Amino acid sequence: MDTGQHSAPAPEPRSDSAAVAARADNQTPGLFGQTPWQTVGPFFHFGLPWDGCADLTGPSQTGGRPDLMPTGYAALRGPERSRAAPPMGERLQLTGYVFDAQGRPVPDVLLEIWQANASGYYRGSGFVGRGSASIDEDFFGFGRAATAEDGSFCFRTIRPGRVHFKAAAGALQSPHIALGVLGRGLLKRLTTRIYFNDEPSNAEDPILGLVPAHRRATLMAQRIDATATGAAGPSTDTRAHYRFDVRLQGERETVFFDY
Amino acid sequence: MGTICVVNAQLSNAGADFRREDGAQPPSLFPPYASTVERSPREPLLRIPQTPTEQSGPGEWEALFGAQVTDLTCTRGAPALGQRIIVCGQVLDEDRRPVARTLIEMWQANAAGRYAHERDQWDAPLDPNFSGAGRVVTDEQGRYRYTTVRPGAYPWGNHYNAWRPAHIHLSLMGPAFATRLVTQMYFPDDPLIEIDPIANAVPRAYRQRMVAHFDINITQPSYALGYRFDIVLRGRAATPLRAGI
Repeated sequence: MDTGQHSAPAPEPRSDSAAVAARADNQTPGLFGQTPWQTVGPFFHFGLPWDGCADLTGPSQTGGRPDLMPTGYAALRGPERSRAAPPMGERLQLTGYVFDAQGRPVPDVLLEIWQANASGYYRGSGFVGRGSASIDEDFFGFGRAATAEDGSFCFRTIRPGRVHFKAAAGALQSPHIALGVLGRGLLKRLTTRIYFNDEPSNAEDPILGLVPAHRRATLMAQRIDATATGAAGPSTDTRAHYRFDVRLQGERETVFFDY
Repeated sequence: MGTICVVNAQLSNAGADFRREDGAQPPSLFPPYASTVERSPREPLLRIPQTPTEQSGPGEWEALFGAQVTDLTCTRGAPALGQRIIVCGQVLDEDRRPVARTLIEMWQANAAGRYAHERDQWDAPLDPNFSGAGRVVTDEQGRYRYTTVRPGAYPWGNHYNAWRPAHIHLSLMGPAFATRLVTQMYFPDDPLIEIDPIANAVPRAYRQRMVAHFDINITQPSYALGYRFDIVLRGRAATPLRAGI
């Protein structure tokens, strides 16, 4: 249980006086160090999500909660998107729910994803995946999704390529998406990864190998038959559909990382 | 003739790990903040090595997130009500290296303590001239500056007569997925900080890091009070200096 095992010694306040210590602030020299985490709280929806933030493949309205804006108010404006083309790679749709300790859906969390492009390159990183990795000008690799009232979320993205375990060499990791969870009741971000259950290389992934075998399934997105969700008639949706749930506590609790 | 000592003065940090959380970071479970009880994991976190996934991060802000908004007092017609304030500072890492060109997103309640959000329905008025969200990108020296109004305190349901201290929410990406930070900036001499379960989740010795510093030199005559607030992200573990003769 993460109860805050502190590795660094507490800095001494300048004086024994509690009153003086209480007047210490951000600029007090003896206090310099990492700014502490605080919860994102329940009201982030007008500041953090932007129109289409959950769709990494093209312009859309997904990811935010316009239903939570009072009449006459709106979320902060998003980017001027004039992307010329969809990004390279196999398109995916990733849906699921966030659940609390009681198995109840959580309607007020923010999920963030970060992933490589189809050829295994992280945008802006300087890290390059395998030899053929290239920058895809149409793909940033970062997305956000605020859960809906029923606790569900939906990302649209592309299947990431494989990236090296270390900067330029070493084992290749299996395709995966880094996931961050923030919300009311979460004093700091929880991080994990999403892997794909139909990926043959998962057995060799160095990070998955560190996960206790009986908990590995909590990191696996399950392939869903897309035709089961299609409307009658020819479907234009050629995305592969995956299901991934986040369980914050209790039965089948998701594995969360420390790094 | 003395020996010539050639020292590679360049610390190479590319690919160096980010340092661990220090003692200031709160736990995930903190029962006085009631909603953590059913939303915090019970299993220990799994320690994993940092890979390019954790050590990279998006770096193109306006193309990805949208344009900067650095004056929250005049985004909607007439000026917002309340005490106008300027907030500025630097984003640094633990080694005091400026973090240039990084994004800060901010959001807050209005001067009456009311959020422009459907889930906030307490009896304080909305300000038609204030929504309360902005974003700023630090300059080449890691500096940022924005103008807003001082948010009011607001009541919440955590316990009887619970009030959040006045605060501005801040969200930072930093250079990597691992350096992500969300925090809250508090104001000096606010008696609510000491009795606030969210602020109290941070150990007392470090709590005042989150309190802004009133600065008469940032204050502008007949315009706005000024506060300084530096934000410190995880630093790098240094690789050894190489010395050769």
